[in-house]
Amino acid sequence: MFGRLTWDAIPFNQPIPLITSIVVLAMIAAALAWISYNRWWPYLWNEWITSTDHKRIGVMYIVLALVMLVRGFADALMMRAQQTVAVGASQGYLPPEHYDQIFSAHGTIMIFFMAMPFIIGLINFVVPLQLGVRDVAFPTMNNVSFWLTASGALLVNLSLFIGEFARTGWLAFPPLSEKQFSPGVGVDYYLVSLQIAGVGTILTAVNFVTTILKIRAPGMSYMRMPIFTWTALAASLLILAAFPVLTATYGELMLDRYLGFHFFTNDGGGNSMLYMDLIWVWGHPEVYILALPSFGIYSEIAATFSGKPLFGYRSMVFATLAICIISFMVWLHHFFTMGAGADVNAVFGIASMIIAVPTGVKIFNWLFTMYGGRVRFTTPMYYLVGFMITFVLGGLTGVLLAMPPVDFVVHNSLFLVAHFHNVIIGAVVFGVMAGYTYWFPKAFGFTLDERLGKIIFWCWFIGFYLAWFPEYALGFMGATRRLQHIADPSWQPYLDVAMVGAVIIFAGIVLTVVQLIYSIRTRERRLDLTGDPWDGRTLEWLTLSPPPHYNFAVLPDVHGEEAYWTRKQTAIKEAKLIDEPDYQPIEMPVNTPTGIICAFFASLCGFAVIWYIWWLAILGLIGAFAIFVWYAWRDEHEHIIPVEEVRKNARERRRIRHELLQELIKAP
Amino acid sequence: MTNGTEAPAIGLTHGASQDTGLGNRGPQSKSIVVPYGFWLFVLSDMVLFSALFASYATLVHATDGGPVTSQLFDRTNVAIETLALLISSFICGLAMIAAKRKNMLWTQVFLFFTGLFGLVFLVIEITEFVGMVRIGAGPQRSAFLSSFFTLVGCHGAHVTAGLLWIGTMMAQVWAKGFQPHIIRRLLCFSIFWHALDIIWVAIFTIVYLIGTLP
Repeated sequence: MFGRLTWDAIPFNQPIPLITSIVVLAMIAAALAWISYNRWWPYLWNEWITSTDHKRIGVMYIVLALVMLVRGFADALMMRAQQTVAVGASQGYLPPEHYDQIFSAHGTIMIFFMAMPFIIGLINFVVPLQLGVRDVAFPTMNNVSFWLTASGALLVNLSLFIGEFARTGWLAFPPLSEKQFSPGVGVDYYLVSLQIAGVGTILTAVNFVTTILKIRAPGMSYMRMPIFTWTALAASLLILAAFPVLTATYGELMLDRYLGFHFFTNDGGGNSMLYMDLIWVWGHPEVYILALPSFGIYSEIAATFSGKPLFGYRSMVFATLAICIISFMVWLHHFFTMGAGADVNAVFGIASMIIAVPTGVKIFNWLFTMYGGRVRFTTPMYYLVGFMITFVLGGLTGVLLAMPPVDFVVHNSLFLVAHFHNVIIGAVVFGVMAGYTYWFPKAFGFTLDERLGKIIFWCWFIGFYLAWFPEYALGFMGATRRLQHIADPSWQPYLDVAMVGAVIIFAGIVLTVVQLIYSIRTRERRLDLTGDPWDGRTLEWLTLSPPPHYNFAVLPDVHGEEAYWTRKQTAIKEAKLIDEPDYQPIEMPVNTPTGIICAFFASLCGFAVIWYIWWLAILGLIGAFAIFVWYAWRDEHEHIIPVEEVRKNARERRRIRHELLQELIKAP
Repeated sequence: MTNGTEAPAIGLTHGASQDTGLGNRGPQSKSIVVPYGFWLFVLSDMVLFSALFASYATLVHATDGGPVTSQLFDRTNVAIETLALLISSFICGLAMIAAKRKNMLWTQVFLFFTGLFGLVFLVIEITEFVGMVRIGAGPQRSAFLSSFFTLVGCHGAHVTAGLLWIGTMMAQVWAKGFQPHIIRRLLCFSIFWHALDIIWVAIFTIVYLIGTLP
């Protein structure tokens, strides 16, 4: 009846997961009770859960990412603590089978459910605004994508309470991940949840490529699009070309595990190297799916806070697209040591070094944007400078690793682990934190507290260096990755320093929550009434903060690069706003529960497949098909926002803008 | 399909130009945006198939002492199968023409026969699969057979999904008539159906033709 699911699946005899489960369940219950007590359900349902508004969906993605950041970081702290105490005679507090689950969950969650949703959330929120349009190409599908991602996150976290998670690392290499060696539900949790989230990611990419190529404000030609939008396009194209490979690879591994196929098994002619190739054909572009939009964020910040147009806009576009293409030609550098031969290794080594060239172009562009500018050192600008220093170091260790002979020495060591944390924290985490600070006022109408923001930056910056630079040294000393026990006591001082670093980063994460609460409570002091708190240059600063559902009363007419800056300067020069346009009613997509119902059936079906509850899996599939047909049968696709409302809001905006303009004219 | 007066995808107001030029005259109309997005989805699907093709090409000789391609495939059988799928696609084209002319009877008839020939294809494929499993050449036999069943079976699963889609579309056309969004969906379906042909042509060549070379 319930397949493999029995009471043994609940970790009654393991105190750590059991207590965590109880605490988390209590917190969820408290949150639900609080929402019910305040009667917030209708608001949540109508304004958020069923929303097709790209801004709301973007915010939900970022909330998911922040929650998963806490979860993933809890794993990180546990690993650091284990490596600090489990030295020499001590075995630490985590048994190997538990430690293995923790490092697997840490990697899986941080990449798939922290970094990806954060980046996709920012893309969702910003791109339609930067393009000067009202929503994405497929608003309902956008909602479905989000909920599928959330469904994947739910299943991964469910493994904490029911059953276990994979012990096979974040990419589940076979033959270890085959049924023969990993018979439990851990790998199945991993595969099923990532398949579900992967579908959501592919649909998001379809949505954004279509939006950026087909839905732009009048006059917004390709070479006038803001760099963040360009990088969002590049990342979406990469997702479109890379994620289906991941789906196919995981599909093959699932067939091996569920139906006894022989793709990657040791027997039957299976070939586990095939898995390596396929997974890294996805895996390397994935790095750039995360990094390119971060580069886009830095580009926006560099231009805005230097008060100058971005240096080398065109070279930035070409560098982005060059990275987009080269990123598909370097995957083999992830397994130089696995016997492809010297010639093949050389080709991929050189390609890996070449990809540093367009990245270097970008670094110089940001530097020259700052050069001669009137730089304002706000929190996002701190992240930019911190990123440039950190990322250059991480990039250099990357070029080292790109040389096959060096790679043979440090492969699978902590040097490698330090390298990818260096680039992912330095580029992606700093980037999303900068983007979060930069666009927060646009989303909520007030800025985050700057003082706390800078403290958070320093926590991340100092914490990162303390946590990861000792590991570079340890890597050279021969420490391999994923060690549950440290045999050599001479490594202990380095690990202690790393622990201090992790605690400092933890302080930064706690302060992020503090900053959010503090900023909400004192928001009256930092209200963004003009919609343009940073003296911005791109179209998202043209509308009010937070923007109305439809973003723009009239689609802006774009003349030249930096659409909003041009418009602002013209208004200042002519000392007047543009003539009031002729307002018309606006048609916007209606809300839909399709996404959450889809995710419900996906989660149900996924859970059933993990536990071999086949009747439930079939039920889930039928339910999913039924909701699909039900959705296709709807008649009402859009609702009309009456012209009076549009006009009223737009006039209010014009009044505010007029006041701002008067102030700007008066100022010398 | 391009209807000059149709609303742009997002936001029916001025400023959203009706021009369908190079994309810098404002948002495009839904009749452009929807098939475009669907094409992108189909392309991502083709990437998925390319990974399966790569697996097949890697594993085709990993027979583990079991049967090899030339012992299993029958060209005549596959020729009939291919013919059924191509005829189905041709009829799908006819259905699109009928839908364009808003002819309910012929749209339904052509859609029905599109599905019927799709079903013929599927039955032949399933018969082939069952026959192979019967002689001990199932997907668990060797890596080659795993990759064969996955690649061809994935195409078959797409055809099955297409059959479900045809049924749904016939009901929708019947219930809702030729509204613009129904026509767009039909267009998406035909893109899907023809894309499956493209993939089949690759399967036909790489799996069956090369597999039966003397």
